[in-house]
Amino acid sequence: MAARPGVVRRAIKKILIANRGEISCRVSHTARKLGIKTVAIFSEADRHAKHVSMADESICVGPTLSSKSYLNVPNILQAIRDTGAEAVHPGYGFLSENSKFAAACEADGIEFIGPSVHAIEAMGDKIQSKLIARDAGVHCIPGFIGILDTQDEILRVANEIGYPVMIKASAGGGGKGMRIAYNDKEAVEGYRMSREEAKASFGDDRLFVEKFIEEPRHIEIQLIADKHGNIVYLPERECSIQRRNQKVLEEAPSPFITPEVRKRMGEQAVALAAKVGYHSAGTVEFLVDKHRQHYFLEMNTRLQVEHPVTELVSGLDLVEQMIRVAEGQPLAFTQDQVTIRGWALESRVYAEDPLRGFLPSTGRLEKYVEPTTEGVRLSLEETEPAVAASGLVRCDSGVREWADITMHYDPMISKLITHGADRAAAISLMRVALDTYVIDGLAHNVNFLREMMDHPRFLSGAIDTKLIEHEFISKGGYTGYKPSDSQQRDLLAVAGAVQWKLADLATAAHDAAPAALPLVLTLLGSSHRVTVSPGASPAVLDVAGADGWRRSLAVRQWGLGSSSVFRALAHADDGSRRALDVQVIDRGLLSAVFQYNGTKFTVGALSPEQAHLAQYMPEPVESSLANCLVSPMPGVLLSLAVAKGDKVVMGQELAVVEAMKMQNILRAPCDAVVSDLAKSPGDTLAVDDIILEFEAPEAAAASA
Amino acid sequence: MAPANTWKLATTCAMQPIRLVQQLLVRHSAGSHTAAAPRVLARFGIGAALAAAPAPVAARQLVTCASTNAARGATSRRSLASMAAEVVDDDEDETHTLPAQQQLTPKLIARRRVHELEQQALNGGGAERIATQHARGKLTARERISLLLDSGSFRETDMIKAHRGSDFGMDKKRFAGDGVVTGQGKVFGRTVFVCSQDFTVLGGSLSETHAEKICKVMDRAMLVGAPLICLNDSGGARIQEGIASLAGYAEVFQRNVLASGVIPQISVIMGPCAGGAVYSPALTDFTFMVRDSSYMFVTGPEVVRAVTNEDVTAEALGGAQTHSRVSGVCHGAFDNELEAMAGIRRLLSFLPQSNRHKAPVLRSLDPRERANLDCLDSVVPDDPNQPYDMRAIVERIIDDGELVEIQPEYARNIITGFARMEGRTVGIVANQPRELAGCLDIDSSVKAARFVRFCDCFEIPLVTLVDMPGFLPGTVQEYNGLIRHGAKLLFAYAEATVPKVTVITRKAYGGGYITMSSKHLRGDANYAWPSAEIAVMGAKGAAEIIARGKDKDQATREYETKFANPIMAAERGFVDGLLRPSDTRRVICEDLELLQGKQLKNPAKKHANMPL
Repeated sequence: MAARPGVVRRAIKKILIANRGEISCRVSHTARKLGIKTVAIFSEADRHAKHVSMADESICVGPTLSSKSYLNVPNILQAIRDTGAEAVHPGYGFLSENSKFAAACEADGIEFIGPSVHAIEAMGDKIQSKLIARDAGVHCIPGFIGILDTQDEILRVANEIGYPVMIKASAGGGGKGMRIAYNDKEAVEGYRMSREEAKASFGDDRLFVEKFIEEPRHIEIQLIADKHGNIVYLPERECSIQRRNQKVLEEAPSPFITPEVRKRMGEQAVALAAKVGYHSAGTVEFLVDKHRQHYFLEMNTRLQVEHPVTELVSGLDLVEQMIRVAEGQPLAFTQDQVTIRGWALESRVYAEDPLRGFLPSTGRLEKYVEPTTEGVRLSLEETEPAVAASGLVRCDSGVREWADITMHYDPMISKLITHGADRAAAISLMRVALDTYVIDGLAHNVNFLREMMDHPRFLSGAIDTKLIEHEFISKGGYTGYKPSDSQQRDLLAVAGAVQWKLADLATAAHDAAPAALPLVLTLLGSSHRVTVSPGASPAVLDVAGADGWRRSLAVRQWGLGSSSVFRALAHADDGSRRALDVQVIDRGLLSAVFQYNGTKFTVGALSPEQAHLAQYMPEPVESSLANCLVSPMPGVLLSLAVAKGDKVVMGQELAVVEAMKMQNILRAPCDAVVSDLAKSPGDTLAVDDIILEFEAPEAAAASA
Repeated sequence: MAPANTWKLATTCAMQPIRLVQQLLVRHSAGSHTAAAPRVLARFGIGAALAAAPAPVAARQLVTCASTNAARGATSRRSLASMAAEVVDDDEDETHTLPAQQQLTPKLIARRRVHELEQQALNGGGAERIATQHARGKLTARERISLLLDSGSFRETDMIKAHRGSDFGMDKKRFAGDGVVTGQGKVFGRTVFVCSQDFTVLGGSLSETHAEKICKVMDRAMLVGAPLICLNDSGGARIQEGIASLAGYAEVFQRNVLASGVIPQISVIMGPCAGGAVYSPALTDFTFMVRDSSYMFVTGPEVVRAVTNEDVTAEALGGAQTHSRVSGVCHGAFDNELEAMAGIRRLLSFLPQSNRHKAPVLRSLDPRERANLDCLDSVVPDDPNQPYDMRAIVERIIDDGELVEIQPEYARNIITGFARMEGRTVGIVANQPRELAGCLDIDSSVKAARFVRFCDCFEIPLVTLVDMPGFLPGTVQEYNGLIRHGAKLLFAYAEATVPKVTVITRKAYGGGYITMSSKHLRGDANYAWPSAEIAVMGAKGAAEIIARGKDKDQATREYETKFANPIMAAERGFVDGLLRPSDTRRVICEDLELLQGKQLKNPAKKHANMPL
């Protein structure tokens, strides 16, 4: 492609990555591939984080709080100087769209791997960006472009556009300061609310109004531009599956876009980028209505979270492209060389609990094993050989086993991406990838993501940005996966096979595989008598239910020892066969916990003798200390983090006990209300001394 | 008070809960079984009448009991109750038809008598007492055996042995089996010997013959070399026999002692265990209890009240909670009998048959080199005063994360337990920085010492993980003999000749450093993580002494720089090497493989004089 004279070309030898987590790891990965040294920055809390170990060098830029570390421009600039980095990659979030930081880098002679200060500023303001877009001939949402200061103006403009309208904060983002109004009354109310919210959230209460698009899809165009004026748009990303304006699933290409629409959107995106003299990677976001009419939303002047789906269908490494552009190199390909290869799908895996209104969860990743391409291929090679042969799995994460997910930073654990020949293949791969993704220790949304992979509207491609709200939230929230009878039998067969293997391993000294193993398995409150017996060949087990069902499992992996994933090819009595990937999470004396289709199930496993005698076992009695927080050790109560009457959530800090000069944080064992404080700071504690009491669960439920 | 008296009182106390159950039963059988209540309330006067009740009667009562339980319990149990009914129906079908009355010959009479006695032995104390036992969440002696052993493997000894006493009307209360079921069977295909006391027969009381039965299987276990498991559920000595029953205990104790270190001996307390009866479990290697249905004490609450004026319940005095958390008498508590029997099976899977056998080697699915251990490299916090969970480290190093802890609730500042490395049993001893900073105190020293000695007896290699700031200071500790008790662990490690692998993860200070399987105590492979601090004492304390009157902070920093690391220990060879934490599993596996050929003998002696 054409090179523009006057553009300085220089090879970058060391990059400081001004970010944390998965995107820092992601940038390190490409930099290493290109032979460029990397510097990671970290806050005091992140000293041992994965992103630090991925880089060649690392440097602390401040305390835990983001505003004092990852957003601390002077410290980061100092870190760049101290480490001699020549360029800085901002990732996404934090300083990625901070024009002041980009300007400071420029002033220091440091290459900011991203667009120019001008482009960041021009696209950073929602109103200004719309004006530029309109000038560039980009199709915009009908509305008033400009600031509205009074209620009367809002009403006038809203009536001109025609309801429904959306009132938005100029500085807005993440759904804050946004209100939909279907009539004058709602417009007045929305004006007041948005203004207050915008003021509180952004310190900027300027508002504007635009047409509200019903059943909208969120589809965006990734582009890459060099410093020589070459701009290429890449296949679109469909990001319509959102929850409260946060993307949950993304895919490329969109199941909805025709080549004509793609071309139209792409060309308009390029026009906009050209208008602001854009270079580096950028994304132009559009809303697309049911008539496939697109409307400009905004332009993101950074690498986006969901960039991997574009990478997989375009075959490009976008971070590499950004670095090349920053080095002053012209793009090595032209628009007509861009093709769409297959289909990519991304799931955002969050530390949140879908069963509790998607509340963020914190804690330690006690067990953490990412799915792999080899593993997923192994599972699918019998049932879907074509999908297995060409399928790819990619997991972009910034964590590893034993990492702590804290409330200080983003609760995203990883992005799980699959790539197949078509949409159905990508979905098949995603199912297995989710099923073999071992995450234990905190609540996560794999159950919900897995449910989405079987959701009829998602499967048909009939999606819009309100899908989760309509299909789940408005129906009382996500209530969990309910396995069918056949699925329950699959799980029972797996549980039986695992028990057989454990019995086999325990008697290994005699080298005789156990003959038929009769078991009574309990699942979801009902008992099932099954017999597990060795099948025709060594790794085949037949599981027969007393009520007539059968499963034959060709086991490839037992889920014991180094791997927690049980893999088998299951033949059912109805002639159907499928790959079963079930995680063995925990094994007790009389039961085991499995994760099946993203959801944990406890399966009781008793011998017939045990099952017969189980009737005499007393019901477990809740200890009288169940409603109390007791000191686990002798020591001194240093502090209490709660007061009488406080509502606490599971995992919340309640008290700190110092014993042997060590500070031990005691956390809430469950959601509860503190009913009484038995000790105060400074008190000496013996083991099992009651520190505070919770309301009895019934009372708490009644008051809720 | 004379011992005999004490025991008698203890036995009386032990009977206390039975009254509760009797009341329960009265309510329970208010419907169709009104006749049962007075019989039960007549305490042990049930005699042969009910025990010999025809099988169908017993069956019906079992079914009634089962369905009542199920109705009261969760609906999910309904299917289990109906299963019980099926099983009982089977029994009914199997009722034997006896030879015709008219052709009675002496042979036939004997055969019939044998059949009757066997039926009596199988029926234990009879349906009503069995129902009482079940109502308390307890199983019968035979049911427990069926849970403990591989299905169908039990072979009984002395099934119809009966007592010879005649005083106090005992000649009218003779039961085939005499209150204890004994024999042998298999656990995961390996032989074990079992004694299971039957509370439904004369309260499981120990008579001369009852003791003889136990002694017989103990002798056989010793002869062939196989573990012995005693399931205790007994009201105590059979006082009607006087000194004869007392002598029975003594015979058992003597055998417990001689078997110690030869075969693994495990006691499970599944009901009352009071007075002299407690000493057999105390002499065995491990004592387990069942929560809420078992208790052990030398003297019961009534004697305690009379002698010391203390008002205490049986549960508080000697329940599972007390003994597993406070006294350390109990090595593990289970929620119910089902779990208890499954737990004992699991424990046995780690143990050798005897000191003449090697511990079983199981096929392991966990490779020596595993991918997910990088997290160990950053597990030890930078701040030396910040705790972390040593158990989580242990679980990552061992096979499959399966650690069977011994005394998990007692002296939690030290972890002891069995695990496997590449399928071979190891004994794990590890300081737990989460509790009391992992220091050694009286309780943790004694807990670990006994565990180390068990492993040494049975050739189980020891893997020790050290993060220990020293022995716990204070008058409580010193007055109670920390010196004496701390010496037990030192003695145990120094005496042990099994393979010993030690990894210092963080603090190893002072005498505690030496004690925790150090190089100086014949440690075979001693390693330190980079985070290790090995020194004679903590920097602050050392600075107090070194820098009297001078700049203490400066001295502290100097001392820290010089000694709060593993370098000096490595330079002297006190550790064999510095170990990257993520390599720990692999290195320990390699060492254990190497050390299989270890040969080390202590000087010949009668026995050492361990500080007790």
